[in-house]
Amino acid sequence: MRTVNRRDFLKAAAASAGFAALGGCASMEAGGGKNHVVVIGGGFGGATAARYLKHWGGANVNVTLIERDQEFVSCPLSNLIIGGSKSLPDITRGYASLAKERVRIVHDEVVAIDAEKRTVKLASGQSMGYERLVMSPGVEFQWDQVPALQDAAAREQILHAWKAGPQTLTLRKQLEAMPDGGVFAITIPLAPYRCPPGPYERACQAAHYFKQAKPKSKVLVLDANDKIVSKPALFDKIFKEMYGGMIEYRPNSRLMDVDVATRTAKLEFDDVKADVLNVVPPQRAADIAKNTGLITTNNKWCDVDWLTMESKVQPRIHILGDAVLAAPAMPKSGHMANQHGKIAAAAIIELLDGRAPNSTPVAVNTCYSFVDDKKVIHVSSVHQYNAEKKLLETVKDSGGLSKEANELEGEYALSWAQNIWADMLG
Amino acid sequence: MKLFFALLLCVSVAPNVFAHGSGSDRLARNLAATCANCHGTEGHSVGKVAALAGKPAQDTIGKLTEFKEGKRPATIMHQIAKGFTDEQLRLIADYFAAQK
Ligand code: HEC
Repeated sequence: MRTVNRRDFLKAAAASAGFAALGGCASMEAGGGKNHVVVIGGGFGGATAARYLKHWGGANVNVTLIERDQEFVSCPLSNLIIGGSKSLPDITRGYASLAKERVRIVHDEVVAIDAEKRTVKLASGQSMGYERLVMSPGVEFQWDQVPALQDAAAREQILHAWKAGPQTLTLRKQLEAMPDGGVFAITIPLAPYRCPPGPYERACQAAHYFKQAKPKSKVLVLDANDKIVSKPALFDKIFKEMYGGMIEYRPNSRLMDVDVATRTAKLEFDDVKADVLNVVPPQRAADIAKNTGLITTNNKWCDVDWLTMESKVQPRIHILGDAVLAAPAMPKSGHMANQHGKIAAAAIIELLDGRAPNSTPVAVNTCYSFVDDKKVIHVSSVHQYNAEKKLLETVKDSGGLSKEANELEGEYALSWAQNIWADMLG
Repeated sequence: MKLFFALLLCVSVAPNVFAHGSGSDRLARNLAATCANCHGTEGHSVGKVAALAGKPAQDTIGKLTEFKEGKRPATIMHQIAKGFTDEQLRLIADYFAAQK
C-alpha cells in the first residue's frame, strides 16, 4: 500500500468536511501521525534507537524502522569468521523480536529525504511523513581514493570485508586458498574510520589461522597512520610476542591505488605484492546523509548536538553512529552507536512531549578485540556532557585498557555481544 | 475519499501521556541504560556478565564503590565506575533494584 505522506494527508484531510470536527491528533494507519518517528538503518545505532523509543515512549510513539537487509549481521565478532572460530549464523540475528515490540519494520531503502516537507521516499516508490527522523546510515566507502577499485568486478577480487556478510566469508575462503608461505596484506586508511581496532584484530585473526594451518605465511599490516590507532602498546606487544616473525607492521604506508591482477598495493613510496590483499578503504558518512546536506565537516562527517543527537544543520533529523562527527576520543564503534541511540531516543521522547531533553547525557564505550580464538583485549571510556564545551567528554582517570590479553575477557566479550544484540533487537 | 480519511483518522485527546515518572526517574533510567550493553536491557543479562535487575541497591552500590576505589578485582568495572559520580551510581543502583 502506498503510504500517504504528511502534506498530502493534511491537504486531503483539510479538504474533507470531517477534519475540523475530528481535530487534534491524526494518526495514520501506516505509522504516520503526530508522533511518528522514522528510523533509517537497523544497525547498532538505529535498531537501538527504535527499540528504546518504543520501550520508553510506549504506545504514544509510532516507530517505523527502515532497513535494507532482512537480517542483521554483526561487524563486531565478524573477524572471528576470518580467523575460523565462528560462522555467519553465529553473528546473524533477525528483526522479528523487534517487530513484536511494536516497531514497524519496513525492508526497503531510503532514496531521498525532503527535510522541509518532512518526508522520506523509499526505493519502492512509497513515501512517508515523519515528526522526527533518526538516521544511523553508517559509512560510505570512498572508492575514488583507490581508483582501480571503482570497478565493481575488481571489488569482487580485492575485498574490504568491512561490512559483515558475504565478503567476510569470501575473505576467509581467500585465506583458505592461499598457499603456505603466502602473504596476506591488509591496508588501513587514515583515522577516523569505522572500528579503530578492527584492522589490527583482523591481522591477529589471520595470523592465528596461519599459525595452525600455514605457518610459513606472513601478515603485512600497511597502515596509513603513523602508529597503531587503537590499543597501540597492547597490539604492538601481541604482534611481537604472539605472532613474532609472522605479523609485520608498517606505519606511514598510505594506499594510493591497487593493481588488481597482481594483487599489488601501490603505496605512497613503494609497491607491495600480496597473495591475498584486503583493503579497508577511506570512509565518510553514507550517501543518504550527504545527499540530505547533513555532512558538515571535512566533507566526511555530520556534526550533531550531543544533548539530542540532532543535526547541527537540519532540525528534526537526529544522526547516530559512525556517520557522526565524533567528539574527542570517541570511537566509531557499535557500542558507541548503541549509546547514541539511547541519547536520541530519550531526547526525542521529551521533545515530542514539549519538554527539554536530559541536560546530562552520558555514554560509555568498550571495544573488545580477539587476538586469537579465546584471548581478548579491551579499551573502555566514559563520556559525560560538558555544558560549557557542548561536548561529550571523556572523564579524567576513567576508562582504560586490559593489562594483557586474557581468556576471561574472551568470555566477557562473547557475553557483551549477546547482550548488545538483545539490547538492540529484543 | 472522505470515508477513506475518516477511517484513517484516530482521535487522541490525552495530552501528556508520555510522562512516565519524574525527571529524576528518567535520569536514572537513562544512566542505567549505559550499562545495558554488557548487563542486559534493564539489567537482565543474557550472558556470563552478571544481571543487575532486582539486586538490592546496597549490594550494587557497595560493589560499585569498591570497583571505583580499586578494592574489588575487575577486568573493566574499575575503569567504568570511575567515569560516574557517586550520585549517579546511587541513582543507577536504586533503579536496578526496582527492576523485576
Ligand atoms: C563493557 C561491559 C560493561 C559495562 C558497560 C558495564 N559493566 Fe559492570 N561488569 C562488567 C564485567 C565484565 C563485570 C565483572 C567484573 C570485571 O571483570 O570488571 C562487571 C561487574 C559488575 C558488577 C558486579 C556484579 C557482581 O554481582 O559481581 C556491578 C554491580 C556492575 N558491573 C555494575 C555496572 C553498572 C552500574 C554499569 C553501568 C554504569 C556497568 N556495570 C557497565 C562489564 C560491564
